[in-house]
This record gives sequence, C-alpha cells and structure tokens, in this order.
Amino acid sequence: MIYEKSATEMATALETGEISAVELTKAHLDRIAAVDGEVKAFLYVDSEGALAQAKEVDQRRKAGEKLSPLAGVPLALKDVMVQQGVPTTCGSKMLEGWRPPYDSTVVSRLKAAGVIILGKTNMDEFAMGSSTENSAYFPTHNPWDLTRIPGGSGGGSSASLAAFEAPLAIGTDTGGSIRQPAAVTGTVGVKPTYGGVSRYGLVAFSSSLDQAGPCARNVLDAAYLHEVIGGYDPMDSTSINAPIPPVVAAAKNASVKGMKIGVIKELQGDGYQAGVLKRFNESLEELAKLGAEIVEVSCPNFEYALAAYYLIAPSECSSNLARFDAMRYGIRVGEGSAEEVMNATREVGFGKEVKRRIILGTYALSSGYYDAYYGSAQKVRTLISRDFENAFTKADVLVSPTAPTTAFKIGEKSNDPIAMYLNDIATIPTNLAGVCGISIPSGLAEEDGLPAGFQIMAGAMKDERLYQVGAALEAALNSKWGAPILSKAPKLGAK
Amino acid sequence: MSKISRDDVANLARLARIEMTPAELDHLSSELSVILDAVARVQEVAGKDVPPTSHPLPITNVFRADENRPSLTPEQALSGAPAQEEQRFKVPQILGEE
Repeated sequence: MIYEKSATEMATALETGEISAVELTKAHLDRIAAVDGEVKAFLYVDSEGALAQAKEVDQRRKAGEKLSPLAGVPLALKDVMVQQGVPTTCGSKMLEGWRPPYDSTVVSRLKAAGVIILGKTNMDEFAMGSSTENSAYFPTHNPWDLTRIPGGSGGGSSASLAAFEAPLAIGTDTGGSIRQPAAVTGTVGVKPTYGGVSRYGLVAFSSSLDQAGPCARNVLDAAYLHEVIGGYDPMDSTSINAPIPPVVAAAKNASVKGMKIGVIKELQGDGYQAGVLKRFNESLEELAKLGAEIVEVSCPNFEYALAAYYLIAPSECSSNLARFDAMRYGIRVGEGSAEEVMNATREVGFGKEVKRRIILGTYALSSGYYDAYYGSAQKVRTLISRDFENAFTKADVLVSPTAPTTAFKIGEKSNDPIAMYLNDIATIPTNLAGVCGISIPSGLAEEDGLPAGFQIMAGAMKDERLYQVGAALEAALNSKWGAPILSKAPKLGAK
Repeated sequence: MSKISRDDVANLARLARIEMTPAELDHLSSELSVILDAVARVQEVAGKDVPPTSHPLPITNVFRADENRPSLTPEQALSGAPAQEEQRFKVPQILGEE
C-alpha cells in the first residue's frame, strides 16, 4: 500500500507522476478513517485543508514549478504547534475551541515546502508527560499493542507514524517528548540542537528546554524534514543564526568508519529492562563491525539530571502558563472579579499533572526556597554541560538506550509521578545542555516483542552526526532483522 | 523529609491563581512532599563555586529596526477572545469599587 512507503519513496512517486498529491492525501485520510478509531492519534483531522493544499501542490507541479523534495508528502502535526484557523488545544481543555490567528514558523515552512498537514496529533496536556495519558481528551494507543502507551508527550505523532497514518510528523522535545515516543513505537525522532528549529508559534512549556524536531519512519526521511523546518528565524530570539547542519547529505553518506562512539556508563544498568540493554549492546556490536571505535565515557553528574529537570521545567512552566488567564483567548469560567474568574478557569482548564507542575514550580521559585531548589538546579545544569563537553573530547557521538523500558500498559504508572518521570532519565541531559539527540529502533525486546530505542547524542550544531551514525546503524539493523523493524508491527484494522 | 503542608499548597495555589478543592489540597501536599524529596538531591552537588546556567546558549538581546510590519488585524487579535466590545478585550472587573 502506498501509505506504507517511506516519505522519500512517496516523494519520488509524486515527482514521476505515478501518484498525485491529492491521491496520496486521500489514501492517508482513508487510512486515518480506517484505523484511528483504535489508535486515536489525532485530535483533529483537517481533511478539507489537507486536500486544498494537495490540490495546490498538484497544480504547481503541473505548471512546471520546481518544488521542494517533500512537496505533496503528508505530515501529522503535534497539537502544541499553532496553525492558522485550525483548532490548537495542546491536549488541554484550556484551549478547547481555540483557532489560532497565525501560523507558527514550522507550519509556515511546511506550507511553503508543500508538505501536506493532515491534522493535529494528541499529546500530554501542554507537553507534560511521557505517555499521552495526560491528554484532557483521550489516551492514544500504541499500534504495536493497543493496551500500551505510545510514549509522550508526543504520543499522537509517534503513533500516527507507526500506524501508517502519516509518513512524517512534527514533535517537540522538552525532556524526551520526541525521542521516547519514537523509541516505544519503533520509529525515528530527532531533538535538534536547541535553537536549531524556531520556537515561534510553539506553545511554550519550558522555554530554555523546548525544541521542535522531525519524526519519521526512517533516518533519511527525518533528515529531509529537518531541512524543511530548521534554520534561523528572526521571530525566535533564541534561534541560532547559522546554516542548517547538512543532515540529508550525512544520512546519505552514512559511514562510521574511524568514528569514536562513547557509551555513557551512567545511562545503563539498574532500572533498564534486560531486553532493551541487549538490543543496545547488539547495536554497539554492529557499529563496531562497521569500523567505529566504541569507548566508555563517564558523565557523573547525569544522575542529578532528572532532579534538576523536575525543578527547572516546572519553574519555567509556572511562569509560561500564567498566560492562560481567561482574558484574551481560551476558555473563561465563572463570574465575579477578574481574579475569581482566573481562579475558576484555571481550576477547570488545567489537568492534574499541569497543576502539579505549576504548584511545584511556584514553590521552587518562591522566596526562601529559590536558592535551594531552582538555584541549585541551575548549577547542576552547568555540571551536566561540563560532563558533555568532557565526554565530547573523548568521542564524536555519545550513545545510550533512549528509554529504560519498552512501552508500558495504559494506566500502569499514571498514579505514580516519580515512576513516570523515570522514563526520561536518558533523554533529559541533552535538553539541559542544549545539545542534540536522535532515537532510532534497535530491535524488539525478547521478553515482550516490543520495540526498543537507541539514542545517539552529538554536540551543539553537530546534528549531522546523529544522521550519519543513525543511518549507518539503521541500515545494519535492517539487514540483521531482514526488514525495517516497524514492518514487524501487527497489522491494524484487521478486525 | 520535605514537608509541604496543606496550608502551604493552599497558599501556592492562591499565588498561581488556581482554585483547589480540599481533596486536591490534601492529595497535592502529600505528593509534593515526595517529589521534593526526590528533587532536593540537586543540593548535594551544587557547590558555591559552580556558576548557574539559565539557558543553554550564550545569547544576547536581539533587536530589530523600529519599522512597521504587517501584523494581526484587530479582528484576528480578538478572534479567540471570550468576550469583546468596541474592538477591545472585555474582561471582568479588575479594580475594587472605590
């Protein structure tokens, strides 16, 4: 089926006239109609907008216009990214019914490249969570096993890829929300260098950590999408004013011969599932066979990363989410003074996890506790950056399992915030230091047959190394497993 | 063991402008005490000689020329407003009666 092809293959089929953008979009809308009742990856499907966009791409191609490589290829957009006129909720009741009056930079760039936006994907409310169970609307189900979580916060995006509802998706990663969902769904997710993709129009959770990035079913597709959305944007004051790293070229010329690959000692062992570690170690063997040198590195302060993250992110979110005050947009509940209306609206509009983090952040920033909590966390951040700097003098890239376990059952951890937070233990350090990371599938864990993720990390603006190593390992693992790992997922919609 | 009392949470909720039921206050005060115990570990390594990092990039303020650019129309800016009047956001009373 056409929807099972890679984005690159779809692009070729479009270019040769084998299929039109309208036909390809319809094929995906049909697929969504067939399987999304089970997967529930989408909060909103914009059939009309997608078909209008596809029609325009077909007309431009017919007129002989030179189009971008992904023109006419469909994509699923995480609901944290604003798109003009299309409902944007961030998985929250607070924004129910809101239709933003402008496009985020990522959306503008997708539209300019002719990428077809199919709709908005489900997520943990305001991107806070690791399972998509914190969506105020409904949980999303992992296409590998519908009783399990698809990761979070970008579980709608990862599930839409694994369910073949879209070949490409946009995610955002504050502590692992692109990479952990990729790991548990057998897909690819990239957190670019902080500042590498514009945050303009990305609803802010933790501004010094938030980073949008590409999600796909293979490394080369992710690279093409990275080149569409990346690069300097004057509308984002933290955007890096430098060319996009050559990620497509790196994915195409995937060689690791002579590269030094650093295994982070602290990101394995206790708490990591045996089957996940086994696939991780096999992946290292594959890289060694391809001519890479595997070295062990130590990042002693990484053990404090999770604690620092759960002070910094809630602190920043308590400030960022103050904007939801029931005055200018979003829902308004209650009567009386402005303050009474705010109190009532925020009580109804925010879910449990969001409230928990706002209160925690308010505490960490309050006078008398600021130095002990937020101040100490900022110092840990410095120590983690130094660990990375030191490690990158010994290795070209660093690696670890992406998530400590495969996908867990829906409901299994929803009443234990600390257990839930541990899902991001291996992904959080890169956000704190602003460096980049990718997750690619490493195989299926023996004990449960579910996908495990392999994480590759590189220094700031060295994103091409993620793709270079990722594509090399992907090719080796595909031949080892006989096919892409995602092809082993059970068929949906068979009932 | 960090201890956040029910009154502490009530005060934080007031500062954060979130109304909370008595049940929510009870639940959050026990939960936050556990979370704070876990995150207080940052104090173990945060020595006086370590400078804080607020942001991963060494950034400076960004300025642009003070020139008019296209922007939202009043209709667009007000399109999501819960209430509006005469091209303005209509909000509940902010100041007390004098």
